[in-house]
Order: sequence, then structure tokens, then C-alpha cells
Amino acid sequence: MRLYELTAHELKEKIERREVGVEQAVRALLDRIAEVDEAVRAYVTVAREQALAKARAADERLARGEPARPLEGVPVAIKDNMCTRGVETTCSSKILKGFVPPYDATVVELLERAGAIIVGKTNMDEFAMGSSTENSGFFPTRNPWDLGRVPGGSSGGSAAAVASDEAVAALGSDTGGSVRQPAALCGVVGLKPTYGLVSRYGLVAFASSLDQIGPITKDVRDGALVLGVIAGHDPRDSTSVPRKRCDYLKGLVPDVRGMRIGVPKEYFGEGMAPGVRAAVGAALKTLQDMGAILADVSLPHSEYALATYYIVAPAEASSNLARYDGVRYGYRAPGCPDSVTMMTQTRSEGFGAEVKRRIMLGTYTLSAGYYEAYYLKALKVRTLITRDFDRAFEKCDCLVSPTSPTVAFRFGEKMDDPLAMYLSDIYTVTANLAGIPAVSIPCGFGEDGMPVGLQILGKHYDEATVLRVAYAFEQATDFHKAKPVLRDAGAGGAAMGGAAARGAAASGDGSGEAGGGPTRKAAGGEADA
Amino acid sequence: MPERAKVSTAWAAEAAGGPGPAQDGGAGAVACASEFEPVIGLEVHVELSTKSKLFCGCQAAFNAPPNSHTCPVCLGLPGVLPVLNRKAVEFGIKTALALNCEVASFSKFDRKNYFYPDLPKNYQISQYDLPLGTNGYVDVSVDGGMRRVRIKRVHLEEDAGKSVHESGTITGSSFSLEDYNRTGVPLLEIVSEPDLRSPEEAYAYLSMLRSILRYLDVSDCKMEEGSLRCDANISVKPKGSSALGTPIELKNLNSFRAVEKALAYEFRRQAEILARGERVTRETRHWDESRQVTVLMRRKEEADDYRYFPEPDLVPLEIDEAWVAEVRSTLPELPGVRHERFIREYGLPAYDAAILTESKDLADYFEAAVAAYGGDAKAVSNWVMGELARLMNATGTDIRDVRVAPTALAAMLKMIDDGTISGKIAKTVFEEMFATGKEPRQVVAEKGLVQIADEGELARIVDEVIAENRDVADEVRAGKDRAITFLVGQVMKKTRGRANPQAVNRLLRERLSSG
Repeated sequence: MRLYELTAHELKEKIERREVGVEQAVRALLDRIAEVDEAVRAYVTVAREQALAKARAADERLARGEPARPLEGVPVAIKDNMCTRGVETTCSSKILKGFVPPYDATVVELLERAGAIIVGKTNMDEFAMGSSTENSGFFPTRNPWDLGRVPGGSSGGSAAAVASDEAVAALGSDTGGSVRQPAALCGVVGLKPTYGLVSRYGLVAFASSLDQIGPITKDVRDGALVLGVIAGHDPRDSTSVPRKRCDYLKGLVPDVRGMRIGVPKEYFGEGMAPGVRAAVGAALKTLQDMGAILADVSLPHSEYALATYYIVAPAEASSNLARYDGVRYGYRAPGCPDSVTMMTQTRSEGFGAEVKRRIMLGTYTLSAGYYEAYYLKALKVRTLITRDFDRAFEKCDCLVSPTSPTVAFRFGEKMDDPLAMYLSDIYTVTANLAGIPAVSIPCGFGEDGMPVGLQILGKHYDEATVLRVAYAFEQATDFHKAKPVLRDAGAGGAAMGGAAARGAAASGDGSGEAGGGPTRKAAGGEADA
Repeated sequence: MPERAKVSTAWAAEAAGGPGPAQDGGAGAVACASEFEPVIGLEVHVELSTKSKLFCGCQAAFNAPPNSHTCPVCLGLPGVLPVLNRKAVEFGIKTALALNCEVASFSKFDRKNYFYPDLPKNYQISQYDLPLGTNGYVDVSVDGGMRRVRIKRVHLEEDAGKSVHESGTITGSSFSLEDYNRTGVPLLEIVSEPDLRSPEEAYAYLSMLRSILRYLDVSDCKMEEGSLRCDANISVKPKGSSALGTPIELKNLNSFRAVEKALAYEFRRQAEILARGERVTRETRHWDESRQVTVLMRRKEEADDYRYFPEPDLVPLEIDEAWVAEVRSTLPELPGVRHERFIREYGLPAYDAAILTESKDLADYFEAAVAAYGGDAKAVSNWVMGELARLMNATGTDIRDVRVAPTALAAMLKMIDDGTISGKIAKTVFEEMFATGKEPRQVVAEKGLVQIADEGELARIVDEVIAENRDVADEVRAGKDRAITFLVGQVMKKTRGRANPQAVNRLLRERLSSG
């Protein structure tokens, strides 16, 4: 197995045992990026020199006999909306092109303190607004399973990087599903923690009351490992909650016997692709076979979730994005005669269409005379949605659902239809509105052999249960071991797409009409297994 | 909430527009003004004198090099978050209590959205529907009576930065620079109800407010440094009518006098419009200090839309009773109460009490001096309000920097009482004390200013003066009593003021009536 193929816990162990040097590991990963990123385009910035310098420093540390830290030598990718001191941070927006933060986000500080090596910044939908990474102001990222398809979004770069072994682990941010949905579409693990568990300091705000940073990893253990590093109270974030630090690794018990897992009927309605339905159905069967008790539950206000989300998020965004005006940093429109023109032009030229659409939506809903009808009403519905969950959790330890109604779609398929794009988040936005934790794990393959994600939602601060169920499922299946095979990188475009299995599909594999194992090829690729 | 002129607003161009009253408020204006009455409310912003800013650790200092007190948070860099300064909240609670407000047990912050280059986030974190304090009042003495001015609300917000235009004005500049030192400095906005009925009352209210804030030590309230700012709303209605007129907002009021004058001007202007049977249009006007007129800044056809919504980066502010009680226990005796006590306890005239209690430091000084002196408090008051105030004004010295200790003033007063120095000499002594900080005994000894106590020596000098001024002496003898003043003066001159004038007068009369 190549170094870059290892999980974080595997790599860390090798480094700890001095079988592998940090620089060696980082170089292997940087080489992997050089090899495949031309095709995947997961990164907007690769911080090669900084990463190598830090890797050498880590090796010296270890040579001095200092103990290995939790993420010692693990190459990590950071979504480009988290500030990295000295490394350009753009949110994949032209308006922030050239912005080099003078400070590190808290999560970046914590990762580095834990020994992680930050290798670069990943592509995203501009300001995290989108579900396909097509809204990047620079270029779209491709799904490693099929380069003709989107990786999901907005953390598409991070998910694609992990799926293509261009990062051992990555951070994404999740405002309405932006960690979980791309994780599902790229066949990796994506965790959105409870709102307030991970500091948002240094995360460029999209919708402050919904944004939460989460890990995107190759397996659940890595998710727990990274979460343990980045979770915790931060005095610089007033919304981060003071709680005792928790060892999420300890809770990873492969046993769900007797656990009550709720299946919300609203999450299994129309609009779900048959392949997804089949894969998720099979996953539920697997969980049941493992001894979990499935229970039908209802989250009656779910039908209002997307509407609520598209009031709250754009409203906050319209205010959060007001600061990009060309006065202090980033892009400034040239040749303007006065400051009003300069600010207007800068924003007109610097923001992409989706960002402008949401700023306009948010500006409208916050306007006098509309505030009560939209924003205030949305806040009330948000409370009702939270209560739905509270009620469901009275009877269940966690809930399960598909992460996304479809597998990864083709480029351009939904770009002209914002509402169709918004529907990609239909199963994920509720966790953000309610502030609860949720993880997406690979649970099979759907249409055209593309990965399908299973979403597990838990109670506030009960990441332990969510991770436990995810871990148990993962232990019982092999979906997470499946890797896409990137070939013909030079040929570019979708022609080089192809999926191949490394591990065998498990018994829980979807056997529906389109649910093939990972050995089933997409877009003419050949199996590599 | 300070509204800003839109960047594009060029009030200079509008200055000529709109009718205004005669500058001197001619007879016509007075006549029509007498039928009307102004209704005035003030919106005061004070910068709190906390060490750090409202949402970050930067120093909240005045006059530092541009952008030297900034950090990612107050510069509004991408990704930063505000953290509330507890001290600023405490100052806010303190002020709310001193202004007799109800302190909210549950308060929150909101975003006020507007674009302006001096506002790094293009929104201001302020308080909208749940301010820190509501429903308070201040008692202000006006024309010998008291007026209760209701306080509508007191809330916390962050200050904006400062635009520096190349040539001084927006319109004449090819570029502007931004200084964000002031950005994020805590501001307390204090909004009165429209309870004020004259420009003089507005002035008195402002003075009382400043006095209270200084007593609380929450702000230095320096209008010239912008740590106290005031906008005024004024409408005019027929006297006795309960229907309110159209309010006009006045801005650029850079001193208490400017507030008073602008209101007086605006009252006359509106009264004239109403007297002509016309209607006042709702607008924001700018006080032009050099021309002493208000000029149209912008019309307000509809209210500004700041798209307020709850600040999602801050948790609601919960203020429990224990905290309020703790802050309440730190409240000093406030100027109104102290004023009453000075009259009662020291038998001072209301005028003296008002001046002495305006500043806490001055009142403290006075009380320390009275305690050390033990004699007539009015004598202390006379010196503090007379010589001390005169010298402070002349030298621009703050009471806190005065070098004469209250005990030294008391010692000097005792020296007058026991005849060591005359009241006249005391002024010289006090000047020296003020300049050098020396004790009065030392000054008197060094300058040889001890009053001549030896009657024989004084008589000898009196005789000398009579001998040197025979013609004047004769005039006195001839009954021209007023001429004696000249001779007293000559004796004082010879003794360099060390003679007791009463004694000199007596000695002269003894000699000139018998001779």
C-alpha cells in the first residue's frame, strides 16, 4: 500500500513507530497531488514549501525523542474558507484573490499543534454556496469516481482530495450539508459536529448560525480522531460551547445491538434516486442484521426545512459578505471615480452569480416590512424543526437517512436550475437548522456505480453515538475501502473516469436496479481490482 | 446610532437652498416664535473609557498613529468573530442605573447593516429591540425649577473608524484614507424622550448628563475628541397644542454651545415656516458652525432601512440581579443628590452648589478643603469658584492636576482668619501656591508676606506717608474723606501689601482728625 493511501491513524502509527518519516509521508502525498490533481483539481493552493518545512521540523522533533502527537505527520487539506496564516485564503472567490490572512483559524492552530501537516487549500463553491463546487470562482473540481461528474459541494475539493488520496484527511465546512453531501458523493466519511462544538474562529462566515467545521476522512476512526483534535471551547468564538474534551476514539465500539435507530419517513419520500434508495435500504437492513432496532419516526416540519434554510442562510450571508467591498483587502475594481462606485463595481465584478443571488435574497428578506414575514418566521420554523428532532430522540438513539437524494450528477446538469441544485441539500439542512451532529458514511453504490452516503444524525453533543453507529456499520462493511481509480490523467476530462474496488463490496451492498458494487464501472472505465 | 451621510451626499451644494430665518432672529422671528414651542429630544453617544475595545483586545486609545490599535477582529478580516468586553457591559449597566433605567435581564446584540468605508464589516454591532436599559430619567434644573427628562433607552454598540479625506472634504478629494483605531471602541447611546422644551434646557440636560457620566467615570465626555457626540431632533408646535410637528434631525453639533445655537436657529426657522402657514418637511440638517446656520443634508422621505437582525456571532446577554446589585453598589453619590446635600449641609447658595458639584473632582476638592478648614464653607466655595477657577481657566489646568492640595487651601484660609496675611495678600500667596505647589507658610515666609503685626512699625510708616503727601492729607483734613483711599494705597505699597488695611485706615484717621 502506498503511503498516501493510508488512513490518518494508520499513517500516524507508522510515523510513531518510526517506520516512516514525516517528510517522506508528506513528499509522497505532494507527489500524489502532482500526479492526479491536474485531473481532479481539488486544490486551489498547494502549500508545498510550508508543508515540507513543517514536515522536517516534525521529523526533528521526533528525532529528539519527543512523543508523537495525535496527528503526527498526517497531511491534511483545508477548505479554502479557513484562514491560514501566510497562505492565501480565497473562499474560491475572485473577490478574495490575493488575500493572505495574518492569522490562523483556531482549527488550523489545533491541527498543527496536534502534528498535522497542512498541505494545501481545497476548492469549494464560492463562499461555500453550492452543492457541486461548480460555483467556484476559479474552476470546478471533478469527482474522482467519474471525472465527468461533480464531487458535490460546497466542500467538493476536500472530499475529492480525500477520495483521490490527495489528502489523508481534510476539513470542510457544513452550513447546509457541505461536508456530508460531497463526502457522500465522493464515497468518503464526512462529519458535521454539533453547532458550537468546533470553533468557527477563522472560518470565513457564510451563515454564522449554521456554519460548522467538520472532518472529511477515509474512515470513521479518522473522523473521530480529527474531531477530537478540533473540538473544544474557544474563547475567541462566543458561540463555542464550554464542555469537557472528549475522546471520541474510545467510543468507537463496533456494536449496535439494542440501539434504537429512527427512520424518519419524510426522508424516504419522492425525489430519491432508485439507486440511492436501494443502497440506503440495504444499509438499514445491515444495521438491523447487526442487532439495531429500527423504528419509524416522523419529523413533520421537514417539508419546510429547505425553505427555512434558504431564508436564514442568505439573510446572514448578505450581512457576512458585506465586508468584501474592495476597501481593505482582496479584489478592488480599478478606475472608479468615487468610493460608492468602487464598492459597487468591486462587488459586481468580484462575486459570482450564486453568491449575488443569495445576497439579494438575504437583503430582501431582512428588509423592513419583510423581516417578520420571512426571517422571523423562518426562525420560528427552525425552532419547530429542532423540536421535531428532540421528540424523535426521546425514542431513538440516532436517526438514519440518505445523505443526498442522488448520486453525483454531471457537470452542468443543475447549474441552470438553482432550485434543483438546492434540493441536493434536502436531507442535510435540517441538522444545521437544529444544530445537531450528523455524519455521512459510504453505504454502497447507486446509479452508474457512483457512491451513496448514509446519514446518521444524533442528539446535540452526542457525536459519540453517531460515530459509534457509523463505526459499527463501517466495520461490518467494506464500502469505505473502495477507491476510485484515476487513469489517463493526461487525457483529461471525463474520458479518464472510472471506478474500481479495492475491497470487496459487503453483504449490505445495494442490490437494487442500479445499485452495483464498486466493481461496477462508470463511464467506460475498467475495473482495476 | 449615528447615521452617516451617504458618501454621495454633497451638502455644500444644498447649503444655499431652503429658506432660513434672519441670522439675528429679527423682530418678526421673535414675534412668531412666541406663539410656538419647540419639542426636543437628544441622542447622545459617549465613548466608554474601557481599556480595550468592545469586541477585541485592542486598546481603545485616542490620538494614536493611524491603524496602530487594530487587529483582525476590529479590522473585520474574513473569519473573525466578536467577543464581548464585560467591562463595557458593566459601564453600560452603571450608566443605565445612574439614569434610573430598568436594566434588561435579557438583552442581545443586533447587526445594523449599511455600507461605509469606515465600517470594516459594513455592519455595526448594535442593540435594536432589547437594549441594555430603558425607561429612565434625569432631573435637570432649569430656570430655578426642575425638569424631569425621560430616558428612552441606553444601549451598547461599536464605534466606526474615521475617514480622512485628502483635501478635507469628500467632494474635493481624489482619495480618502481610513483610520480604524476608533473602530470597535465601545459606545453607549443614550436617547432621551422629546421632553426638552427649549435650547437652554437641552444645554442643561447635556451638562447634567456629562456630569453624571463623569461622576461614574465611564467616559471622559470630551466633545472635542469625539468621546461625546450629540444629535438632536427638534419639531415645533403651536404653544399648548398636543399635536407634534415634523421632526428635523440635526447633525454636526460639535459643542454644547453648538447644540444650543443650532436648536435656537432651527426653532426660529421652523416657527417661521409654520407662521407662514407652510409645512416643515422631514429632513436631516447639518449645523454650519462658521455660518451659524443649519443646512439641508438629505431629505428623509422614508425611514432608513438598516436590515437589523440578531447578531448570530454573539450569544444573548443575560444580566442577573446579582450583577446589577454589584454594579449598583459601586455607584457614587450623583451630582443631583450631591447638589442638594451641598445646599443642606454647607448652607451654600444653589448657584455655588451647582457649580461645585458639576464635576466630581471639583466637589471632592471642595469637600476635602472644607473638612481640613473647619470654618465657613462659603469662604472655601468663594476661593474655589473664584481664584482657583480663574487660575485653572487661565492656565488650562484640570482640577485633577491642580498643585494646591485642599489642605493647603484650608491652611491658607486659616492664615487669613488669624491675621497672618490679609485677604489681598492671600491672592498673591495663592497664585504662588498654584504655580509651585508650595505650602502657604512657605510662600509667606519666602516672600516676606507676613502681615505687619507691630502697630508701632505700622504707625511709623503711616506717618511717613502723611509727610510725603501733605496736600492729600490736607484734603482729608478738610473733609474730603475719599482722599484717604489714596493714602491707604500708599501705605500698602510701601509695605508691599503686608499691612492690614483696616489698621492702616484707623491709624490714618486717628492722625488726620487730630492733626
